[in-house]
Amino acid sequence: MTALAARNLCKAYGGVQAVDDVSFSVAAGEVLAMIGPNGAGKTTCFNMVNGQLLPDKGTLEFEGRSIAGRAPREIWRMGVGRTFQITATFASMTVRENVQMALLSHYRRLASLFSVAARQHREEAEGLLERVGMRDQAERACAVLAYGDLKRVELAIALANAPRLLLMDEPTAGMAPGERSELMQLTADLARDSNIAVLFTEHDMDVVFTHADRIVVLAQGRLIAQGDPAHVRADARVREVYLGSMHA
Amino acid sequence: MTASAILIQFLNGLASASSLFFVAAGLSLIFGVTRIVNFAHGSLYMLGTYMGCSLVEYFGRTPLGFWGGVLIAGLAAALIGAMIEATLLRRLYQAPELLQLLATFALVLVIKDFALWAWGPEDVLGPRAPGLDGAVTIAGRAFPEYDLLLIALGPVVLGLLWLLLTRTRWGSLVRAATEDREMAGALGVNQGWLFTGVFALGSLLAGFGGAVNIPREPATLMMDLSIISDVFVVVVVGGMGSIPGAFLAALLISEIKAFCIGIGEVHAYGIDISFSKLTLVVEFIVMAIVLVIRPWGLLGRAASVARGPGTLEDPLRSPSRHLLALGVAVLGVLVLMPVLGDAYTLVLLGDILVFALFSVSLHFIIGPAGMHSFGHAAYFGLGAYGAALALKHLVPMEAALFAGPFVAALGAVVFGWFCVRLSGVYLAMLTLAFAQITWSVVFQWDSFTGGSNGVVDVWPAAWLGSKTAYYYLTLVLATAGILLLWRMLYAPFGYALRAVRDSPLRADAIGIDARRFQWAGFSLAGLFAGLAGALYAFSKGSISPEVVAIPRSVDGLVMVLLGGIQTLTGPVAGAAVFTWLQDTIARNTDFWRATLGVIILILVLAFPQGATGMLRRRFAREQS
Amino acid sequence: MNLRHLLSFGVAAIVSFGAHAQVKVGELNSYKAFPAFLDPYKKGWQLALDEINAAGGVLGQKVEVISREDGGTPGDAVRTAEELIAREKVQVLMGTFASHVGLAVSNLANQRKVLFIAAEPLTDKIVWDNGNRYTFRLRPSTYMQTAMLIPDAAKLKKQRWAIVYPNYEYGQSATRWFKELMAKAQPGVQFVGEQAPALGKIDAGAVAQALADSKPDAIFSSLFGPDLQKFVREGNLRGLFKTTVVFNLLAGEPEYLDPLKDETPDGWYVTGYPWNAINTAAHKKFRDAYEKKWKDYPRLGSIVGYSTMQTVANALRKAKSADTEKLIEALRGMEMETPIGPIVWRALDHQSTMGAYVGRLARKDGKGVMVDWKFAPGDQYLPPFEQIKAWRKD
Repeated sequence: MTALAARNLCKAYGGVQAVDDVSFSVAAGEVLAMIGPNGAGKTTCFNMVNGQLLPDKGTLEFEGRSIAGRAPREIWRMGVGRTFQITATFASMTVRENVQMALLSHYRRLASLFSVAARQHREEAEGLLERVGMRDQAERACAVLAYGDLKRVELAIALANAPRLLLMDEPTAGMAPGERSELMQLTADLARDSNIAVLFTEHDMDVVFTHADRIVVLAQGRLIAQGDPAHVRADARVREVYLGSMHA
Repeated sequence: MTASAILIQFLNGLASASSLFFVAAGLSLIFGVTRIVNFAHGSLYMLGTYMGCSLVEYFGRTPLGFWGGVLIAGLAAALIGAMIEATLLRRLYQAPELLQLLATFALVLVIKDFALWAWGPEDVLGPRAPGLDGAVTIAGRAFPEYDLLLIALGPVVLGLLWLLLTRTRWGSLVRAATEDREMAGALGVNQGWLFTGVFALGSLLAGFGGAVNIPREPATLMMDLSIISDVFVVVVVGGMGSIPGAFLAALLISEIKAFCIGIGEVHAYGIDISFSKLTLVVEFIVMAIVLVIRPWGLLGRAASVARGPGTLEDPLRSPSRHLLALGVAVLGVLVLMPVLGDAYTLVLLGDILVFALFSVSLHFIIGPAGMHSFGHAAYFGLGAYGAALALKHLVPMEAALFAGPFVAALGAVVFGWFCVRLSGVYLAMLTLAFAQITWSVVFQWDSFTGGSNGVVDVWPAAWLGSKTAYYYLTLVLATAGILLLWRMLYAPFGYALRAVRDSPLRADAIGIDARRFQWAGFSLAGLFAGLAGALYAFSKGSISPEVVAIPRSVDGLVMVLLGGIQTLTGPVAGAAVFTWLQDTIARNTDFWRATLGVIILILVLAFPQGATGMLRRRFAREQS
Repeated sequence: MNLRHLLSFGVAAIVSFGAHAQVKVGELNSYKAFPAFLDPYKKGWQLALDEINAAGGVLGQKVEVISREDGGTPGDAVRTAEELIAREKVQVLMGTFASHVGLAVSNLANQRKVLFIAAEPLTDKIVWDNGNRYTFRLRPSTYMQTAMLIPDAAKLKKQRWAIVYPNYEYGQSATRWFKELMAKAQPGVQFVGEQAPALGKIDAGAVAQALADSKPDAIFSSLFGPDLQKFVREGNLRGLFKTTVVFNLLAGEPEYLDPLKDETPDGWYVTGYPWNAINTAAHKKFRDAYEKKWKDYPRLGSIVGYSTMQTVANALRKAKSADTEKLIEALRGMEMETPIGPIVWRALDHQSTMGAYVGRLARKDGKGVMVDWKFAPGDQYLPPFEQIKAWRKD
């Protein structure tokens, strides 16, 4: 089943065609990597999917419903979770409270004026933290966490509304190499266990080729190749674009 | 207006714009680089005028003496500004930005009393400029020569600043730091010297702006706050950090004022409109319109929101058993106070309770919700007037007491709708604009609000008339209000406010509608500020526009910041300490403003996290 | 506690009991907000207090004045007054400057049933619309001072009048009374332009120009302080006063006249206080004593402060008691001397009949002075009794 389908996406800034007629799709349970050199249009593409940018042309559908031009918070309500390139968590809250926030929002309990927030959905939050391996740090403030741990917290937050699609912008940026693989393995396992579609952009080719089920490659705003890792690895144009960096 | 009248009023506007531009450009430069909203900028302007007057008298009333005096006054202001930066503000760059604001406010108090000590209480009218003390005939009317010079001086200073900023290495560093403070730091710029230099230049412009105005403005002790609000408006309308923006805004506002005066009264369709009276508030109306249409001013750019390390906040823990015990003990003492203290203690405690509620409601939006309000007095005042006028025209006191908060909440709903669309300093300035507009309506609407005299004979109902009864009423309502506000911060609603403050991006990504929560938070804070205002009105028996005026908003900020913005109990402690200090110092010293200022400075330097924040940290250290 | 402690405790108790037996007067004013007017005021009442106590005090006791800064706002002033009443247990309150502060304290005095002598506030409301049993006011009010200028203004038969006033209650009332009284004194008079700059924020060039544009024959102004200085300078420069005659309330008071120095406009009709030219015996005695004590000349504030203090002493003497109700009865209709002549405290509205000097401005040795002045007794410039009865609600 197709979770996300992008057809003929276009976006221009001034005279520059940042994204030009790009189409791709992600199936439920599938991990799709979007790669390309700097300026290839990955981030623009990504921000159209998550609602921060409006495409000039083309359609974007999540489970058959259009999401183009919807606000990020509406897209989230439809069942799309996301993590950021630079982690975005609530620094003045504990790890558990961060996840509780997402749960409170999911159950539409945020407007409550007189219940005690820290007591809501506690077990469920700890369950999510358990899944990302952060349960033992639940009481710590996010402001003092190591970067790798923050990424895990983000993942737990993203999982809070039982998403059917997970958007991850450079999930391993800023992490130590060992941590990277660990986090992506965790993500891939979660995706397969819960039948979640995952779309992520990434610089680290090891991470991409080890954990992605499928890869789309962008260059200068256009889609130049897509397929399973072996297929992409063999593609001549991809090799040309990356010029040996893939062998590194 | 005839054509010649229009021409002359246009020239009047140009002449007024110049000095306003100098001062505004200085403030804008300082803000652009250091991100400090410098309240004391108006004080440097005032010093410029006073020093200018003295120096010109000293050098003699010759052209050389006059211009020498003006320039030296500007340079002296620059020196004072540099000293302020190097000895005081430099220690505070890592502190929360509101605390920096508090420090500059303390400087205002100190400098004002210094001027009182140095120049005495009487206004000093400086001489006219030798050689330029006459008038020329333009369009058949006499126009002052000196004003022509000022008209020319504005663009000249603009040009010089432009050259300095675009054609020198120092200028490009300033521009780099204005655009991206972290990057400038990374470029290996010696930040210390850059900041001191910018402060000196900004202060030079303030001092020069004051000194050059000698022939037009007498030096008075009230000119510091009077100019600073004008200049804030100019800087914000033009766009913070933009020098051409400041020029444009100074021109716009001065011209609008000149033409309001020029048009005077208009009689149309049986209604008399006095444009002359509109000068009271016109700049704030302009600012509100500009900010609603262009959230970053005319020529400003969206500021990157950088949270300094000083604004990190600990997670909200439930109060410890010690703290709860302390709270119960304090309440117990307060309940017994009518037996323990004298009648005046009850009056003072009543004021403290009212201001505690006011500052907790302010803290609710500037702390957890991260919306810095400079105009919280609007809701205090609406509450006070709502209650007073309801009593006069509609209902008995018991009902009027609750009509006040209702009116305040209504005001907060309307104003808040606009305010939550902005952030940072621009939001702060829009709240200020709405407060000033509210103030001017209250001040002008003589037939309904009693105008500048206000409303008198607003006493509580007979059964609440005794000091003890009213004290208990205040104690119950203020405590209930404070506890409710705190309770909301522990609730999902309060968490949502903090979420939006901590990371708007993440909040949006988990389905939180930031504006709706901020709007609701703003309105709730207004409601409780209104309750404080209503309690205040009945405790004094009369109210006047000062309950809506800027000093009331500033007092609220000082209370919150003095106690510490990062703890819930801070604002209560701040309100108690501030009110008590004001009451005691005012009684015991002549220079109470300066004393208060020095105390604030010492507190700020010693405890950059606020007094209670420091205490909590110390306890945390002892426990660990 | 040993015996010595006990003894010293006892002595302290006796001393403090003695202190309570004194006549205590609570004084509060906005010294910080209006220092130019209130420093001389303070010196005035201090001089009077010295004289009163040197003569043995009243009721056989020394008078003690507890003076407080009132913070300049009604809210703070009310709290200060509460402190004076509740903690210091003063028998009488006196002071205040700005009208809204005066009204707030007057309102409190009524609620707490304490006598209040309002010294400076000019607002008519404090004795009329909002007048109450416990409040008395010394200084000639806005109405009275405006009325003092009317005879001269009407005599000139100027047809077109422009008006400029600071935009708050004092300026608004002055303007309203001037229009009403002029329309009566000179039927058919026209008011051609009105400027109401915010207090302390006049844009004098534009205002002077706009007034000139309305082509008036005469101008009525109630500006004072920095606004007045700026207006005078710009008006001089722009030739506004060459063709128009100006009437300006209060401009002859040394507090506002002295800063004008050599720019003092010639020929303006003003109310004020020509301190160095009044040579009645009473005033000379006052001026000499004041100059001897303070090495400075008296301002109008000095007269007000001195006379307010004397009022309190006289009321205590006449009532032979510090009881509030007896003091009120004593004050109603009380006649007394001031340095500028005898006054009566009217029983009708608790307004004193203190007058003011009306004259014209001139320059002498680079300083502004009042010339051609005469004393305008306050009782001749008050509205009819019936009118006041209608205003007052008690």
